[in-house]
Amino acid sequence: MTEPAIRTPIGPLADGEWHRLHPASPLLRGGLVLIAVLGFVLANLRERIVEVFVLFFAPGAEAPGGTPDFGGDWAEDPVTGIVAHGLLGWALLGLLVVVALVVLAFWFAWRMHTFRVTGEALEVRSGILFRSHRSARLDRIQGINIARPVFARLFGAAKLDVSVAGQSGNVDLSYLGSAQADRLRGDLLRLASGARRQESGATGDADAADGAGADDAGVAPPASGAPSVVDRAGAVVGRRVDEFLSPELDPDLAPPESVVRLPLPRVIASALLGGSMIWFVAIIVIIVVALTTGTLWMLFTFVPAAIGVVSYLWSRITGSLRYSIAGTRDGVRIGSGLLSTANQTIPPGRVHAIEASQWLLWRAFGWWTVRVNVAGQSVAQAGDAARRTLVLPVGTAADVRRVIGLLAPDALDDLAPLLDAGLAGTGPATGFTSAPRRAAWIRPFSWRRIGIAVEGGTAVLRSGWLLRRLAFVPLARMQSVAVAAGPVRRGLRLESLRIHTVAGPVAPEVPALDRADAAAAFTAIAAEAVDRALRDRSDRWGAEHAS
Amino acid sequence: MPDPEHAASDAPASDAPATDDTRAHVDDDWRRVSPKHVVVEVVGSVIGAGITVAVLLVVGSWFDLPWATWAGIAVGVIALVSIAFEPRRVRSIGYRRRADDLVFRRGIMFQRQVAVPYGRMQLVDITRGPVSRALGLADLKFVTAAASTAVTLPGLPLDDAERLRDELVALAETRRAGL
Repeated sequence: MTEPAIRTPIGPLADGEWHRLHPASPLLRGGLVLIAVLGFVLANLRERIVEVFVLFFAPGAEAPGGTPDFGGDWAEDPVTGIVAHGLLGWALLGLLVVVALVVLAFWFAWRMHTFRVTGEALEVRSGILFRSHRSARLDRIQGINIARPVFARLFGAAKLDVSVAGQSGNVDLSYLGSAQADRLRGDLLRLASGARRQESGATGDADAADGAGADDAGVAPPASGAPSVVDRAGAVVGRRVDEFLSPELDPDLAPPESVVRLPLPRVIASALLGGSMIWFVAIIVIIVVALTTGTLWMLFTFVPAAIGVVSYLWSRITGSLRYSIAGTRDGVRIGSGLLSTANQTIPPGRVHAIEASQWLLWRAFGWWTVRVNVAGQSVAQAGDAARRTLVLPVGTAADVRRVIGLLAPDALDDLAPLLDAGLAGTGPATGFTSAPRRAAWIRPFSWRRIGIAVEGGTAVLRSGWLLRRLAFVPLARMQSVAVAAGPVRRGLRLESLRIHTVAGPVAPEVPALDRADAAAAFTAIAAEAVDRALRDRSDRWGAEHAS
Repeated sequence: MPDPEHAASDAPASDAPATDDTRAHVDDDWRRVSPKHVVVEVVGSVIGAGITVAVLLVVGSWFDLPWATWAGIAVGVIALVSIAFEPRRVRSIGYRRRADDLVFRRGIMFQRQVAVPYGRMQLVDITRGPVSRALGLADLKFVTAAASTAVTLPGLPLDDAERLRDELVALAETRRAGL
């Protein structure tokens, strides 16, 4: 690949040329399995091979365990048969050919897997026999995730996952150099923002040299003035160590005051007090009962279940470690993870719904968790998607306010007064239209909480007693709105109101409102949504910078 | 039969962005689907209920299970009552094109009313079952980025359905805004 002669503000990987992935990609994508299989086979054959070699190269010497009896046929195992028939050379040759073919296939696949970033789209070509060519339009990018599994981190590689609207539309580049991935993400976002390519960001030139210097993949290293091999190796090792120990989110890129800090005790305590803990306790009780009464068959069902719950808790805790969230020019960036790290960027104007929720046991501590709906979270990767839609694992009301300020910066001034009334409040406080008393017939506990407000182009929906919920729906991205009433609600002159957004963990719904209030809210939301959608320009957030 | 409560609650949406050329499609009142759609619904219920009742009755007489016979009779009675209400239910299906969105409503027992902004329609689908085809009807299905929108306008005469589809696609094109 050719390096551009003149360095543009856009990084070397986004110059419109075709580039290849990190050379270690085949190894990280599937090669590790191959190595593991080879290792397994070798470990099993080791003793036989040692015996065979002793016999082959030193026929006179006695093997430590006595002379092996080869029997001279294929029945015992292949190694015996091969040695007995004097086919060792052929066998080694065959092995060599197989290994060479596999390596060649991997190398060829790597050669053919290329990508390029043009002004309009990210294109990926791959495949040897069946060529595929995927293209993701930059203005449809819904989010960019960078994941660094443990093994990939050892190689200094990272996986870049670009999600576009659509159920299976994700385009992933696995793997890229770690620094390159960060840089490419910045470039993609800058191109997607509608800014011109010539628009040079203040950070563009500053780390351009760093970005080009860290090119240990894809792009050919600079030929002139190459330092000695030892120096280079030392530098590479040093960089790996730096990357491994550095915080997930570069503090220079984020305004530090907006970063939410999650203390470790809170992470652990919140996981232990979470809903899954009930299951864990129930399972432990069942196991104890089973042990005391001697019904051992129950253990076979519930011990695995207990292990499952524990591993879920563990992944929840480790997934929240080193959590950070910060607003950057190109969107909200969220990072987390201890050994395998992941961080994602949600560009402005991509959040379809935000929900803060608080479970009963968290109430005493004032903890909340925040989830979002974003387009293009494929249903297939449920676990991964659940992690990506979790914006704040556990935080205080002040943290919730900061996070919502990052996710909906324009509407924050209008929403701030509603936030306090919405998180814990009840009744018709500050702008909320609440449910009438007769709603207690269908929502005996939560009817006081139920309420809706429309402010600053955002619908705010409050509900829930066992699980307090406060949902924000930016009406500029609402898909449709519905009111509905079954026989019971009609008898009580109530209606439920639902706002439809793209699929995700948040389902914004007000379970019961007075019929007149529901009709008024329906009309107001429908009108406001049309108006906001026409005026919304947040999906080309960089356009005003360029002009 | 216009529902007075709903009709009152549906004041026209924001008329600010609407200009003369976009006013052409606006309906003054709710529009109903073709009354012939009753036949489609009745045929569907008769086939579905008929099979269930027949299976239950046969099982009841062969294996001498009185509850199966009673269940069959109950299903049959419920189906007959629901068929009797079918004309009323079909009359309750209505739609209305406003300046910038389409409002759809249906249901007598379980009422539902949905507003879909034109710019949010990802595609408009025409489907026709065998009975609909014999009667010259078609169903119009609207798809947005949210699966829960679930708006289907059944029982439109084919010409109307095609005209409405083209019109809505054109409207969606002029109002398209991101996702």
